[in-house]
Amino acid sequence: MTLEVVARHEVPGFTLDVAFSAGAGVTALFGRSGAGKSTLAGIVAGLVRPKAGRVVLDGEVLFDTVAGIAVPARRRRIGVVFQEGRLFPHMTVEQNLLFGRRFRSGSSGREGMAAITELLGIERLLDRRPRTLSGGEQQRVAIGRALLMDPRALILDEPLASIDVPRRAEILPYLDRLKREMRVPILYVSHAIEEIARLADTVVVLEAGRVVAAGPAADVIARHGLPSLSPSEEGVFLLATVDRTVAGQGTILRHAAGELTVPVVAAPPGTVLRVRIHARDVALAVGEPGRLSFRNRLPATVSGIAAGDGDAVTVALDVGGSPLLARITRDAVADLDIRAGSRVIALMKAVAVEGY
Amino acid sequence: MLGLTPAEWDAVGLSLRVAGVATLVSLPFGILTGLALARGRFWGKSALDVVVHLPLVLPPVVTGYVLLILFGRRGPIGSFLEETFGIVLAFRWTGAALAAAVMGFPLMVRAIRLAIEAVDPRLEQAAGTLGAGRMATFLLVTLPLALPGVIAGAVLGFAKAMGEFGATITFVANIPGETRTLPTAVYTALQVPGGEASAIRLTIIAIVIAVGALVASEILARRARRRVAGL
Repeated sequence: MTLEVVARHEVPGFTLDVAFSAGAGVTALFGRSGAGKSTLAGIVAGLVRPKAGRVVLDGEVLFDTVAGIAVPARRRRIGVVFQEGRLFPHMTVEQNLLFGRRFRSGSSGREGMAAITELLGIERLLDRRPRTLSGGEQQRVAIGRALLMDPRALILDEPLASIDVPRRAEILPYLDRLKREMRVPILYVSHAIEEIARLADTVVVLEAGRVVAAGPAADVIARHGLPSLSPSEEGVFLLATVDRTVAGQGTILRHAAGELTVPVVAAPPGTVLRVRIHARDVALAVGEPGRLSFRNRLPATVSGIAAGDGDAVTVALDVGGSPLLARITRDAVADLDIRAGSRVIALMKAVAVEGY
Repeated sequence: MLGLTPAEWDAVGLSLRVAGVATLVSLPFGILTGLALARGRFWGKSALDVVVHLPLVLPPVVTGYVLLILFGRRGPIGSFLEETFGIVLAFRWTGAALAAAVMGFPLMVRAIRLAIEAVDPRLEQAAGTLGAGRMATFLLVTLPLALPGVIAGAVLGFAKAMGEFGATITFVANIPGETRTLPTAVYTALQVPGGEASAIRLTIIAIVIAVGALVASEILARRARRRVAGL
């Protein structure tokens, strides 16, 4: 599948001006709220009509302001899972699931129903009403409803945003399976790094209505690091390859800057992992740090110090060509005489690093 | 029961028939008008709103007179109906039904419009992404979700039709067995000496019917609400 999108859209106080293309697999639209992700998803789905632009799915022009083409949403065959689920409250789960089938000639009744309800773990909910389901169950039904219309592409618009944080972990495995077992290409809108790191093949990073980075997930993560959007979650992703697992130590990963130890990951050697490193978990040392419990020590060059108020600052580092962030106090910056170009050692506790 | 005279039974039966026909025939138009006012975006929407609400604010006698001018045997619409379909409304019970429907229409449309406005348009949008056209979306999503309000609108229209007096008596007069509905029968009874007993009997019947309609609508609406709430 190929999806090409060029769009310019204006609403008071906000301008969206983007161009990107996506291939098979999961394409993540990543950015903070208000960056224009959902508007962009709406343009692809046919729910938002941009001022100017062009949307092409698998060679079929769905929208083109120059040629005067605007295929309505109901004829695009793009399944949409909304943030709030939007299940029909007066219907049972089963009626919801089969809703799209009514309008698809050719696909008969319940074909594929068993496979999809099993995939999403909703086969026991068929007689229930949406209002009696948990948020996670509702979203899984919404995904099933979109899949059962036999879509050419699936848009998941912040599917986990309306679900309590602890419950999100229950759905992610289903999204993983969805990605692996269904051929349908997915446009995944999110501002949550964990979801993107786990699911995305292609990443498009949006900022204030513009694309600031786009490409294969590995490239974007390597170059851009997917900096987190909330200050408390500040951090980046590094790509590292599984080398070996050592009892009592953890899994050792290879990175251009050196070895990284993380808690044991069940992945065969050679697997490329996305390693999440929070800025607040990174300490800096000038010169050989000596005997410390920090298991991970990567030589780094300071590429900049973010201006900011408060007692702490964020130091941007370059570790073997990848970006890394460290959150340290102003006092430490002054004491160690850290400035752009300084050579330092980035220290990370093994247990503070998560590999996906 | 209650010792109603045959003439009084006639009035009660006629009123039920007039109000029932008026409600059933105007309901589809009421739903369409409510939908147009709730979701439509078209030129002349405000004008439609005003026209629909006119019978609510005009003196009923004026509405009845306008109906007589338009639908009378020599009126532009009345003569057309008679020549083309052989339908005569003036001074017939069908005319009483028309008058009742016109008078109840604003109340019916108002309730239906509010109910449709309360349906989350995002659900309709979701139906669209699943391939449903406008008609299917309306019939499968909007209308079922608005059903409690539609029932309320129909009951309001029915109640108004049962009680209609001014427009009815102006348009179709007060002919025993043809256009003498319950309210006109009460009015007539009060015009003759010793008619109070008849007026009281009819009044009791009117109260019973009104309470019955309210209870029935409450049961229907509760059932519909439960369905809409997904319980």
